[in-house]
Order: sequence, then C-alpha cells, then structure tokens
Amino acid sequence: MADTLQNPNPNNISAYYQTRAAHHGVVTSDWLAQAQAAVGRHPDDVLPPEPEVKVAGKPFSVIHEFNNWRNQPDLAEAVAAIRALAAVIRNSEATTMMELEIELKKASDSLKSWDTTSISLTAGCDLFMRYVTRTSALEYEDFNSAKSRLIERAEKFGEISYKARRIIAMLSQDFIFDGCTILVHGFSRVVLEVLKTAAQNKKLFRVFCTEGRPDRTGLRLSNELAKLDVPVKLLIDSAVAYSMDEVDMVFVGADGVVESGGIINMMGTYQIALVAHSMDKPVYVAAESYKFARLYPLDQKDMAPALRPIDFGVPIPSKVEVETSARDYTPPQYLTLLFTDLGVLTPSVVSDELIQLYL
Amino acid sequence: MEARRGWRAVPKVRHVGFFTPNEPPPPARTQSGPPDSNSPPLSNSPAGNSLSPVMIPPPRHLSDNLAHRATSPLPVPETSAFRRPIPGGDRVAVVGSYNPTDSMLGASPPLTSPSSRIGDGEFSEESSPGWFRRSNSAKFASSFPGGGFDLTSIKSSETLEVEVKKPVEVPGPNIAEKSGVAGAELQTESQSSSKPLKAKTTKAERRALQESQRAAKAAAKGEATGKPAISSEGAATSKPVKQQPSRKKDALPAATSVAASDRKGVDRPPEKERKKEVPPPRMQFDDKNRVEKAKKRAVVNQTEARNRVELFRHLPQYERGSQLPDLESKFFLLDPMHPAVYKVGLQYLAGDISGGNARCIAMLQAFQEVIKDYSTPPEKSLTRDLTAKVGSYVSFLIECRPLSMSMGNAIRFLKNRIAKLPLSLSESEAKESLCSDINRFINEKIVLADKVIVRHAASKVRDGDVLLTYGSSCVVEMILLYAHELGKQFRVVIVDSRPKLEGQALLRRLVAKGLNCTYTHINAVSYIMHEVTRVFLGASSVLSNGTVYSRVGTACVAMVAHAFRVPVLICCEAYKFHERVQLDSICSNELGDPDAIAKASGRMDVNYVDNLANKENLQLLNLMYDATPLEYISMIVTDYGMIPPTSVPVIVREYRREHLWI
Repeated sequence: MADTLQNPNPNNISAYYQTRAAHHGVVTSDWLAQAQAAVGRHPDDVLPPEPEVKVAGKPFSVIHEFNNWRNQPDLAEAVAAIRALAAVIRNSEATTMMELEIELKKASDSLKSWDTTSISLTAGCDLFMRYVTRTSALEYEDFNSAKSRLIERAEKFGEISYKARRIIAMLSQDFIFDGCTILVHGFSRVVLEVLKTAAQNKKLFRVFCTEGRPDRTGLRLSNELAKLDVPVKLLIDSAVAYSMDEVDMVFVGADGVVESGGIINMMGTYQIALVAHSMDKPVYVAAESYKFARLYPLDQKDMAPALRPIDFGVPIPSKVEVETSARDYTPPQYLTLLFTDLGVLTPSVVSDELIQLYL
Repeated sequence: MEARRGWRAVPKVRHVGFFTPNEPPPPARTQSGPPDSNSPPLSNSPAGNSLSPVMIPPPRHLSDNLAHRATSPLPVPETSAFRRPIPGGDRVAVVGSYNPTDSMLGASPPLTSPSSRIGDGEFSEESSPGWFRRSNSAKFASSFPGGGFDLTSIKSSETLEVEVKKPVEVPGPNIAEKSGVAGAELQTESQSSSKPLKAKTTKAERRALQESQRAAKAAAKGEATGKPAISSEGAATSKPVKQQPSRKKDALPAATSVAASDRKGVDRPPEKERKKEVPPPRMQFDDKNRVEKAKKRAVVNQTEARNRVELFRHLPQYERGSQLPDLESKFFLLDPMHPAVYKVGLQYLAGDISGGNARCIAMLQAFQEVIKDYSTPPEKSLTRDLTAKVGSYVSFLIECRPLSMSMGNAIRFLKNRIAKLPLSLSESEAKESLCSDINRFINEKIVLADKVIVRHAASKVRDGDVLLTYGSSCVVEMILLYAHELGKQFRVVIVDSRPKLEGQALLRRLVAKGLNCTYTHINAVSYIMHEVTRVFLGASSVLSNGTVYSRVGTACVAMVAHAFRVPVLICCEAYKFHERVQLDSICSNELGDPDAIAKASGRMDVNYVDNLANKENLQLLNLMYDATPLEYISMIVTDYGMIPPTSVPVIVREYRREHLWI
C-alpha cells in the first residue's frame, strides 16, 4: 500500500462525492466499476482497523488509517480523519512536543490534500489541530504526560464528533411537531438520524424528498424512511416550489458551514432555500460542529470547484457543456437555524464560535 | 443629558432642521387669563431657554452679540418700575406686571430680542415676574431666568439671593405683594450694586445663576411639599409671604452650594431630580454650559461659526481661517504644550495629515516624544502626572480636530499602559517600557495588521474582476497594489466626491503603478455599478452593531452596490473597532468647513453661493462622516480574518477582555 494514496482524481472529480455516492449504493454498476478501477481496490474490502507498526520505513500511514475508518458508510469522513489523526499521536515516536506537532501537521496536510474538495475534511482536520494543540498541556515538562493529555483530548474530540449526530437529533426533536410536513434535500446522515429519532419518538409527520439528481439521493432516503414507516413523497427537483405551500419546514444537512453562517451543500440547496425564504418557511440545517470551516464565499463561484460527472442516460453531443458542479453555497440570510452539537445556533454565531476557537 | 435637564415643565418648542433664525419670538400671551394658566410665552421665548440640549435656541451670531451687548437697553430701571409695589394689591398692580397693554409685554419682546441675541441662548434678560404664576414652581426652570429681574445686571452671587426669593410665585392678589416684596428687594439689590448693574455679566456667571435658580427651584419644590396648596389661588395672604422668606433661607444654602459646585464645573441636578448620572461621552456643543467651560480652558482661539444647521448644533463648528495663523503665532509661547504635540495639532488643523491610520500614528509618535522628554515633577507619581499630561494634550488635539475613533482607542491603550506600569520601575525604565509599548502597538495593530488584511483581501480578487473603491483608503490602496503584484488581471473604478476629492491622489498613485483605472464622481455611481464585481471600502471605525463609520459618501456607494447585488468588503484594522452603537450619522459626526462646499476650486465662475453665505436662510452643511448599516456589508476584512459584520462585538469582546492591548 502506498504511503500516500494518490487521490483517484482524474478530471478533477471530487473524491468526496464519489465516496458519498459509493455509500449511497444506488449507482450504476458501470460507474462503480470505473470508480473502483480508479481507486485501485474493491470498496467492499474492510481492512481491520489496527495500526500496523513496522520497524523499517514509515511505519504508520495516516492515509491508510483514514481509509480504514472511511469504509464504514455510517462514519463521516471528517470523523474518520479525526480518528486517524488521533491514531497518529498514539503511534508517534516523537520525543519532543515540537516534533509531535510537526508530525501532526504533516499528517493533517496529507489528509487534506487527499481530497481538496471536501470541506468537512479540511475543516475537521483544522479544528482538530486547533482543539488539540490549544491546550496548556503543552506546557508540561514531562513529554509523556503531555502526550497522553493530547491523546486524551484527541479521543474526546473524536467521541464528540462521533456522537454529534445523536446530540443533534435530540436537539431537533422539539422542532418537529405532530402533523408537520418536512422537505428534505440530499441524503444527509444527520438528517436521517433526526428523522429516525423522531419516528422512534412516535411523532406523526410526513416527508417530502427531492429526487436529488444526479445522485438520486431521494431514492435512497425514501428507502430508509419507508423502513421506518414514515410517509414519504418523492418530488422531482423542479417540483419544490409547487409543493412548498404544503411544507412546514425544510431540513438539510451541510457539507460545510462557512464563516458567514451560510452553508455549502449539495447542488439544489440554494434553490430550495430561496423558495422557502420567499414563502416564509423555516430552513433548518443539521450540521456537526467540526464542519465549521474558515471559508467565506462571496458568491457561488468563490469556492473551490467540486465536479461530479452527471450521467444523463443518453449520449450528449460533445459540443454541449454540462454544469457539473456538485455543490452550491446558501447565504446565511436564507437559513433560519443551525442544529449543531454545540446547540441550536443562529447563522451569525458560527463566526463567534470560530473566532473563539481560532484566535 | 437627563441629569442636567432635571425637570421640565412645558415641552419646549425645538426647531429642527432648517429654519430662519432670529425670528421674533411669538408674541407673549396676555396674562389676563386665570393666574395659573401656563405660560407658553415663556416657553416660546427664545430668551427663556435653559440649557437642556433639546431646547435649542435659535442660533445667535456672536458678532451680533458683541454689538448688541453694548447697546442693549438696561432693563433694570424698567423692571424696578414694574416692580414698584402697588398699594392695595389690586389686580391692576398685578396686571401691572401682566398688563397686556403695558409696555411689559410690549417691551418684553424688544427686551427679549436683544437679550435673545446676547449670549447664545443665555438667560433671558427680562420677563415679567407674573409669568411665574404656576401651581408648581418646579415648572419654572427655563422661564425662571426671566423671573422678574434683570440677570445681566446682577452678579451671580447676588442673583443667588434674589433668585432664591422667587421660588414660588403665588397667583392671585398675593402676587402683587410678593412681587412687590421681591421687587423691592430686587430694587434694593440692584440699587445697591449699581456699578455691576451696568456691567455685563459673563456667560459663565449667567449660567451659574441659571443653574442655581433651577437648583433652588427644585430644592424649594422638594422642601415644600405643600406647595400646591400654597401656590393655589386661594392661599392665605400672609402665608406665602411668610413662607417665602423661610423658603428663601432654606433654598439659599442649597442654591449657594449648587452654585458653588456649578462653578467648579460639575453639573449636579438637585437631589430630587437626579436621575442616573451618566457622563455624556462626548461634548455636546449645544450645551452652552460646557462650551463655555471648554472655551475657558481652550488653547486654540476659535469663534463659533454662524449659520449652523439646527440638527447639528451638538457638533462643534468653528470659523475657519483664523485658527491656524493664531496657533502658529503661539508656537513658541505655549509652555505647557509639548512642541511635538503642538506640531501634530497644527498638522491636523491644516489638514496635512488625514486618514485614521496616519493621524493615529502621528499622534502616538508625538506622545513618544513627550514620554522621552518627560521627567516626573517632585512629589508626584509618574502614572498620575503623566496621565494628566496626556489628557491635557489630548484636549488640545481635540480642539484642533475632533478625535477619530482609532485615535480614541489608541489613547485608551496608552492610558491603560501607563496605569499598569509596575511601581517598582524606575523612571527611565518606565519611560522605555512605554515607548516600546507604543512601538509595538503601532507595529502590531497597524503595520502588521495591514499586511494581514492585504493578504486576506487579495485572495478575494479574481482575474477579470472590476473593483470599485471610494475615496482614498490606505488599506484599499495596499490591497490593489498587492493584487496587482500577484499578477491578477483586474481593473479599478475610483469613485470620488467633492469637496475633498481624495480619490485623485489615489488615482495618480495607481496609474503610476500601471493599474487600469476608471475615475468618476459619486453622482455616477449607479451608472457604473452594473459592471462592477466587487467593492472595497475603507472605514474610520466599525461599531458594535455592525455599522461602518466612514467618509461621507461611503453609505451611498454601499447602498448602490447592495442594490446591484455586488458584494461590499470593508477593510479595517481591528483596533478601530468600537463598542459604541450608532444608528444614524447625526448623533456623532464631524463638521467640516462650509466654505469648501460653497466654492468649486479652480472654477472662478462657479461662485453662486459666495454672496449668500451671510444670508440668514442659507445654511451650509459639510459633513465628514457617515454611517453605513450592516445590511449593505458582505464582509469585513480585519487582521483577525474575514468576519461577517455581525461578529464585530465578538472581536471587541474577546480582545478587549484579554487586555488585548498587548
């Protein structure tokens, strides 16, 4: 296994969205084969998550570790990264704090460069670094105790991130009332957790799912919800405004939460937020706190591009251009509340949190 | 402001906005009505206005004051005439004061109008004693100065006693007696001090008098709770008279104490009326009290401008042209002023240094010189003495030009550092530490901060962008040059405005470096905005509610950009953030030279307003700053990164808390 796994990124395709698509499992077999060939191994392989400590050469590869974690569909990528970085500290052979920090930084950089388009990955790594190294434990004279303190914090951060979903699900229960209609866009595991918890609490509600082309997230989500006996209705993406009258609230996840309080999410979120805002429907975002990124897009084109090939099912003439961006930016004025593991926040608080953490 | 106002009886008419000054005061209502009718004439009398900031007298012309003062008729003889006790206490006598046909009313307008011209809204020289017919003497406040005697002719100490005698005017037949009594006393007073009668009292004395009167009023009101009974019409005849002397005595010490404290410059409302005392953060220039006080301490001789716009009377405005030569001539004479500070003050006055950063740096460097040359006087502590010195220098600089918020923050930092000096340091060590603190402040908060801002903001410039900027901000200039150095392809639109035309210098410098520039005036900003992709603006300060306080015209540009959905980026160092909140551009601003807008430089033929400047119904307003609400702002670029405008209080909180000042 190569030390640094080359990002299987021909044509600038976002690996993040490939992964997500893989997790969705509702992909054409052709595409999957293509992805597998690019990645170089079968995605069903689940490697045992044990650190391999070798004597010669680079004993421990953070990417390796990361991939171990990443293969569990339920685990968010950023959490996998955080766990990988925690493992880095554990397995580090450094003897001084500086050395350890440098090692961490290198590992974090390599993780980030693995997929530059994934905001939550970058954000998660950055936040981990800040959270862990911000402790006064670094002033301990005994290196080992400092290191163990760091490991403690890293594990804690990993735990928080892992449990974030459950916390968010608990917080959002108050907002789902009996008889409400929820519009959901994209397949966010956090939102799914929210709806699952609501269903388990015997709340009566129904869900409108957008189809979510080209990933067909709506199909997957409706599958899951049908298993929970929640009434689901599928809409094509263009039918959102048509159905917005009946909707009580909009629930979306986020790929990243930016400093202005806006979110970056699957393509189509901005549209839905605009329609909801003009019809005075609240838009709720369920996002873990490690997704807070230090970005500040001024408009849609101000972000790093993340492209995603779209399969139309019929051949497209080569002269025709296709907009293949996989995500868009929703400005904060169209969002009502953010459900995070830090609590229920308004969009302007994101910057507050980031400032407190970073500065 | 509440503290000073204390109580108020009748809502005063305040002319806001543009109106013709020196209108003859509305004719006083005849006093033939029931005695306890309110006396709106008083309220309308411009001469009767007290010092409440809301009650703004029509603008007076100081030059007119001086002329009129010499020629104002001495009202005293006439007053005494009116006050002559009239036997029988019949209505006629009363009416003598109130006599509608009598020259009292007829005379009062001419009396009040010269008085109204004397001293900016000082006490009215003349008013009928009978005008105090009110149930509550508390209502007298502003009308009181007109209370039956000539204030100008009596020294303040004497007026105290006189004034004290007049706390309650009882309506009804008793008035004649009372006023007679009072008048008699007055007369004796005035006759006893015949010399001072002729002399004009200074504004300070008159003010002190008014304050004491008001204080006595309230004190008297406080003491005699049975006042309404007393002051009601059917009161016993002897009682009011008897009570009056006793009340006088009681009120006297209160009045003297009030006056004494007032003379010290502390404006204390009577105990009863005192509300939560909040010192006003900035000097309000419509309050004559403080203006006078400040003037006495002033180093710079300035004459207040004429034709001031009513809405902005709380801001200082002085006649231009006379200050600089005056200060220059005094350069070597002013001992208490350090030459470096003096020099910086002159530069501010002349407009040589402008721009928040430049002014702040110049001031801090001047203070460094001060500290280097400083030596602790014997028997004094360094921290306190130096702080006092810095304070006095700051007042001088304020006189030259009002402080910008960046300067205010820097001064606060300096005073904080001085206060935090450990006592164990020797003088030279302390001085060194202070100088190095100042250097660090300048370096970290301004120079390095600018570098960080430039880096962040340049990342927002893409190839093919059209960037718009307004006026000349040093940070924005740095951003544009840096982005150009990075090789980004963009062009710049510079929007400029009269009268300062600051954009021209920026244009020259950018073109010299090879940038593609377009230059236009602000009246074309909506025309050109459709091709703009980003707007970069500088700021003098950013307030806690996200409002950006910047050069006048910025709000306009930001609003148009918002309408065209163009993102607006404010570039501002974090040391300029302030915890104040401002909702409009009026409550705090700076007034520039009005002549600058009357003339178009270089165009001799455009002088339509020249001869009109002295007309009474033309007022020129040259504002320097305005406030941009946060809805128009997309992002603020600071040395702490790019933040949304809602996060300004977070930065203020986080970094002030940590004594961020290094």
